[in-house]
Amino acid sequence: MSKNIFINGKGFSFEGEKTVLEVARENGIYIPSLCYHEKVGPANKCRVCVVEVDGMKDLQTSCSLAAADGMKVGTTTEKVLEAQRMVVNLLLSNGNHNCLSCEANGDCELQDAAYYLGIERPPFVIEEHKEREDSGAFILRDPEKCIQCGRCIEGCNRLVVNEVLDFGYRGGHTEVVWDNDMPLDDSNCVECGECVQMCPVGALIAKKGMGRARRWETKPVRTTCPYCGVGCQLDLHVKDDQIIRVTGTEGAQPNMGHLCVKGRFGYDFIYSDERLTTPLIRENDGFREASWDEALNLVAGKFTQIIEESGPDAIAGVSCARSINEDSYNMQKLFRSVIGTNNIDHCART
Amino acid sequence: MTNSFREFENNKLIFCIGTNMTEAHPVASYYVKRAVNKGATLIVADPRKHALADKASIFAQIKVGSDVAFLNGIMNVLITEDLYDKKFVEANCEDFEALKAKVLEYPPERASKIARVPADQIREIARTLAVNRPGALCYTLGITEHTCGKNNVMSTANLQMLLGNLGMEGGGVNPLRGQNNVQGACDMGALPNVFHGYQAVTDPAAREKFAKAWNVPSLPDKPGLMIPDMMAKLPSKEVRAFYIFGENLANTDPNIANVEHELSSAEFLVCNDIFMTETTRFAHVIFPSAAWCEDDGTFASSERRVNRVRKIKEPPGQAKPNWWIFKEIAKRMGHEWRSSSSREIWDKEVSPLAAPYTGIKYARIENDGLQWPCPSEEHPGTTFLHKDGKFTRGKGLFQAIEWTPPAEVEDEEYPFVLSTGRRLFHYHSRTQTGRAGMDQKLSEETADICPKDAARLGIANGEYIQVSSRRGSVRVKARVTDQIPLGMVWMAFHFREANANWLTNNVYDPQTKTAEYKACSCKIEKIA
Repeated sequence: MSKNIFINGKGFSFEGEKTVLEVARENGIYIPSLCYHEKVGPANKCRVCVVEVDGMKDLQTSCSLAAADGMKVGTTTEKVLEAQRMVVNLLLSNGNHNCLSCEANGDCELQDAAYYLGIERPPFVIEEHKEREDSGAFILRDPEKCIQCGRCIEGCNRLVVNEVLDFGYRGGHTEVVWDNDMPLDDSNCVECGECVQMCPVGALIAKKGMGRARRWETKPVRTTCPYCGVGCQLDLHVKDDQIIRVTGTEGAQPNMGHLCVKGRFGYDFIYSDERLTTPLIRENDGFREASWDEALNLVAGKFTQIIEESGPDAIAGVSCARSINEDSYNMQKLFRSVIGTNNIDHCART
Repeated sequence: MTNSFREFENNKLIFCIGTNMTEAHPVASYYVKRAVNKGATLIVADPRKHALADKASIFAQIKVGSDVAFLNGIMNVLITEDLYDKKFVEANCEDFEALKAKVLEYPPERASKIARVPADQIREIARTLAVNRPGALCYTLGITEHTCGKNNVMSTANLQMLLGNLGMEGGGVNPLRGQNNVQGACDMGALPNVFHGYQAVTDPAAREKFAKAWNVPSLPDKPGLMIPDMMAKLPSKEVRAFYIFGENLANTDPNIANVEHELSSAEFLVCNDIFMTETTRFAHVIFPSAAWCEDDGTFASSERRVNRVRKIKEPPGQAKPNWWIFKEIAKRMGHEWRSSSSREIWDKEVSPLAAPYTGIKYARIENDGLQWPCPSEEHPGTTFLHKDGKFTRGKGLFQAIEWTPPAEVEDEEYPFVLSTGRRLFHYHSRTQTGRAGMDQKLSEETADICPKDAARLGIANGEYIQVSSRRGSVRVKARVTDQIPLGMVWMAFHFREANANWLTNNVYDPQTKTAEYKACSCKIEKIA
């Protein structure tokens, strides 16, 4: 049965069990939120998503508040905005949130919240300096940008269940740590990068893309991972002909945004200087470059000669389990319909 | 896979045998681990105590190559204790009596001696499987890469039929395919016995259909050779020309010395590849191919899902799409093919010429892919097979299967068993991962051995040792880990140096011709 809530005086219907934040998002109403992520649900940590509800004394966190029929919610009252400003100002003061060269600039939930709340300059003073954790092959952590929302920890423990990240230390010294606060490279972290994808700010960054493009300069292209047989869906973030970074496609079958280390970071072999760029024909002990015509004619001629002399079964072929279906289809078609043999296989059973 | 990845998370029970999913299929393992956290029962059977074993309710550290005996032992308990799904078996299966007679020869005590796990653990597994239904069975190459690989696979199917775990969500026999498109290459008929969509070359109607579609008078009716037989016929020149598309056989096939002898004997070897490899060294002609991201197309995943792959850049230099290369050779041999893009090949040939793909068109898989069978353009695809116990052949056929040991077993001279596989940070012969920074995570091969063997032989973690089999010998760094059981050496094939395939045994399952990568005997020695 459909229920209604009123947000800022306007009615919205919804079905089933939903939070106020979910109903607001579905209807295009922005409520700043930081620790909430739809894949791990409410964390009730950051308190930036607070709203005012008729009949309730205190401000309520919209990420955990169940929407109820007839509920009246204010997201832009002065009381709400003041509380949100305080939270964001404190977060901005606790660290060094300098957007100038931040990789997340333009795609940062803290920046979005500050912009929405009209915060130009945080009123409080920056506290201590924290070193970047740079030991990982693919992931950089900048603790000065961390807002301790815990999304990376939830992702690591509940989504990919690699169980490496946790909060370490206490109070004002709390930070995200790998195992018992080990350098990333010495820890049990396998660099699947789930934490990078979950991070709402620029505290966890994919190193390969650093300094290569602003977020708004890339466009996402959905494709399928070239490694194992799970078939994970990837978004390649592309500028010109370069992949700047890779994220898992959220909501897509079968991986729902999750990836492994190879899928997320193993993409740049295609740009290797060692790529073959021209047909090659054996000559003496090495190879010489050839035109397509010469190489194709040589192969077609030799196949024709062998078929005439020894029959089509004197030719055999192995297709590729890495390349696209259409390539394998054409290769078996060549063997069966042109050469005239069923001697076509691939590493099907290993 | 009969079933789908997304089901795993909500399964009641998952039985993983011969699959180190955490490293070989990491994203699938996330769902298995999440299922455990939600209360599912996980049973892991494997020679190695790999990461998933830590999450298991029951971990059976079975001896390499004992799978048939182990599974027969479980089925023995299910039958003798009357725990199997009689209704499912009677309604949907046949030859139960033959299966029963065979598994009665494998009481838990006998299975225990072969699998080297306690008889009571075999009983516990059987009882746990019986009370937690449906349950999904997952396997990978730990099951298939044996001389008895086909029998191992049949045994997993026997078990799931006996438990009535087929034809519903949360059940199934689920082989996780190793490569991104090994499912697709099978589906596309890159196999010696079938056209694409598994239409037999021995079926006159199928040949007539394809002869007409391809505009040729006839098509060959005799199944062709499988890879090991192709290569074995190179030295004798029975096979004179060999065409290798994107495979690095000189590193990935067992017994490298023999593989290289065969490849070097080829009268005419053609390769399509994106890099020079150990295999292209033997080529007479090498065609430069477009890589991933340089061509539009489709892959088919383990769960039979046909997914789109998209082009973002041109291939380097004069490199060309592989389908184009095959089309050009055909043209030069007198055959004009019409389709001139991947999309045309799929939509105009692959899809209409095979019933399982008839409903799959590029326009329908812009976002999520579709799972075959998908017989019409209105069909939503098939998330699990054999609904209501309806099998492709009619009734599910039980097979009475005898256990056989690996072709080569430990002896005085070679007292260790060598088993092989993949590691998380690399892929096969590293042509890709070796050029994508993954060497930072793993820069050389290791021989993994257990602490007891290391202590007995005075080998320290990280020390270089010599590992030898009857086929070769490598110098390799020892990695001492309690994942490995006593008497085993475990290695991968990612690096040319110390590649396990210098040692592996080129013996094959008689039907599938899958090599016994998982078991051969070897010895280890300290380097003075």
